[in-house]
Amino acid sequence: MKDGIKEFMSAIKIKNLTKKFGKFIAVDSINLEIKEGELFGLLGPNGAGKSTTLNMLATMMMPTSGNATINNVEITSQDSVRRTIGMVFQDPSLDDELTGKENLEFHGRMYHMQKNLRANRIEEVLKLVGLEDKAKFQIKTYSGGMKRRLEIARGLMHHPKILFLDEPTLGLDPQTRRGIWDYIQKLNKDEGLTIILTTHYMEEADYLCDRIAIIDNGKIIALDTPENMKNIMGGDILKIETRESGSLDKILKFDWIKDKTRFDDYLNVTVADGGSAIPDILKAASEAGIKIDSVHMIRPSLEDVFIHYTGRTIREQEADSTNQIKSMMNQWGKR
Amino acid sequence: MGQEIMFQDIYTIWLREMLKFVRARSRIASSLAMPFIWLFILGFGFSSSITIPGLPYIGFLAPGIIGMIILFTSIFSGISIIYDRQFGFLKEILVAPVSRSSIVIGKTFGGATIATINGLIVLGISSALGFIDFGIGTLLAIPFMILIAISFVAMGLIIASRMKNMEGFQMIMSFLVMPIFLLSGALFPLKDVPDAMKVISYFDPLSYGIDGIRGSLVGITNVGIITDFTVLLGISVGMISFGTVMFKKSTQS
Repeated sequence: MKDGIKEFMSAIKIKNLTKKFGKFIAVDSINLEIKEGELFGLLGPNGAGKSTTLNMLATMMMPTSGNATINNVEITSQDSVRRTIGMVFQDPSLDDELTGKENLEFHGRMYHMQKNLRANRIEEVLKLVGLEDKAKFQIKTYSGGMKRRLEIARGLMHHPKILFLDEPTLGLDPQTRRGIWDYIQKLNKDEGLTIILTTHYMEEADYLCDRIAIIDNGKIIALDTPENMKNIMGGDILKIETRESGSLDKILKFDWIKDKTRFDDYLNVTVADGGSAIPDILKAASEAGIKIDSVHMIRPSLEDVFIHYTGRTIREQEADSTNQIKSMMNQWGKR
Repeated sequence: MGQEIMFQDIYTIWLREMLKFVRARSRIASSLAMPFIWLFILGFGFSSSITIPGLPYIGFLAPGIIGMIILFTSIFSGISIIYDRQFGFLKEILVAPVSRSSIVIGKTFGGATIATINGLIVLGISSALGFIDFGIGTLLAIPFMILIAISFVAMGLIIASRMKNMEGFQMIMSFLVMPIFLLSGALFPLKDVPDAMKVISYFDPLSYGIDGIRGSLVGITNVGIITDFTVLLGISVGMISFGTVMFKKSTQS
């Protein structure tokens, strides 16, 4: 019975999913379960296997081995899966010569939506992404951000149960990116839509996602909420600047202090929750007559988490993978 | 599962081609200038040196030029699916719950409709100018025009499935499209050409199309319009089937 409920709750189940291109293993036996209503992020450098994973889930690529189910339907049943998912590709996939509305019309027809339903839904999704005024213009007059919004709107046209977003804010300016984040959050929170996105932006995964899987070289190397991931790093670091770092080190004896490192002019204190620790530390210092010049709080970022697991920054990793992909593509082309 | 050919899906893909066609009217109008340049210059230029029994040369040439415009428009239309791939729109089509056969048929019919319309414009103007007679033969020519269009759009799709970008287009024009056109009997009668050339022309799908159009419009034919029709019908079906196989292959990964 318990299993039955669990079955119903999971939108996606991935079992040993693998994709090889020749000898190159792009996705290496991934196992993953994504819950209904979750906003889930696949985070990793370019070429880590995120897009390949997403493309397999969206039926655009066949897995080499392993399997996955979307709403309990195997991804090999392509058409049944296609009907229930919406996909926003990494690269633009709109018809530039058609208008925004015509692009949505086409989509609605492809998903066999009846005329009235189509017309209503077009208005709905255009409103959702704030493009009502632009509906009658050709796509070639749209900005990058507008195109992305229209693609998200199009992905929603046919009431999918799951929306896939492949690098939804790649190449957009920070302000537009913020706007897209708001739309994504609105869809997830207000409409209860299950959303799976890929990104190589740490802050994007951190800001948006309920849970994150860090993917590196085709494998999931970490899977948790952004908060928990950062907590693995041991919590916040308080850098307390004071001439009397030795005395401060001695008087700070709270049991919630996880670690202390003393330097000449400052003391680093690791705590789970930096914000609530600062007042206690300041109070203790002033009672002991120790003068504190400044306190800096350093929150571990996902970047730190990534380094923790891979020993490299995401950028170093990217340079590597890009080379790997290039040589893979060359070989692929020669066949 | 997912393999059924749906009329609704074919219509949707066809409709998009039509929308784009209507939107690109001016470009199409300028592409129609080319067949008339051929028709007038060759038609009047060769009128004294080539004699066709019972017919002025321009009347013999007009069906050939109708075939030519359909050939060029169709091949280009099929190959232009490369643009859909380059600009990403093909992914939007592929991720939809639509069978690959429906996509190929929709694309083929879309391109074929445009090519046939172009052919009809040349046919109409040639009739209006009195190069060919207007009558029952005019109606008879239309099925041949449609079949030529279908065959060559599908051929364009097959070529496109093996091409990464439009860079190779010039080569396709020089080594495939021009020979198909020149060997089809569009410009001169195939009756008196050297045997080797005659044999090659039997393998040229366009030669049956031109022969059929010419047979319908001016009553001159090599193999008879019934043979022309049968062969062309077979070629169209074959091309669409092969096109579907190639399209599936090129979109699978």
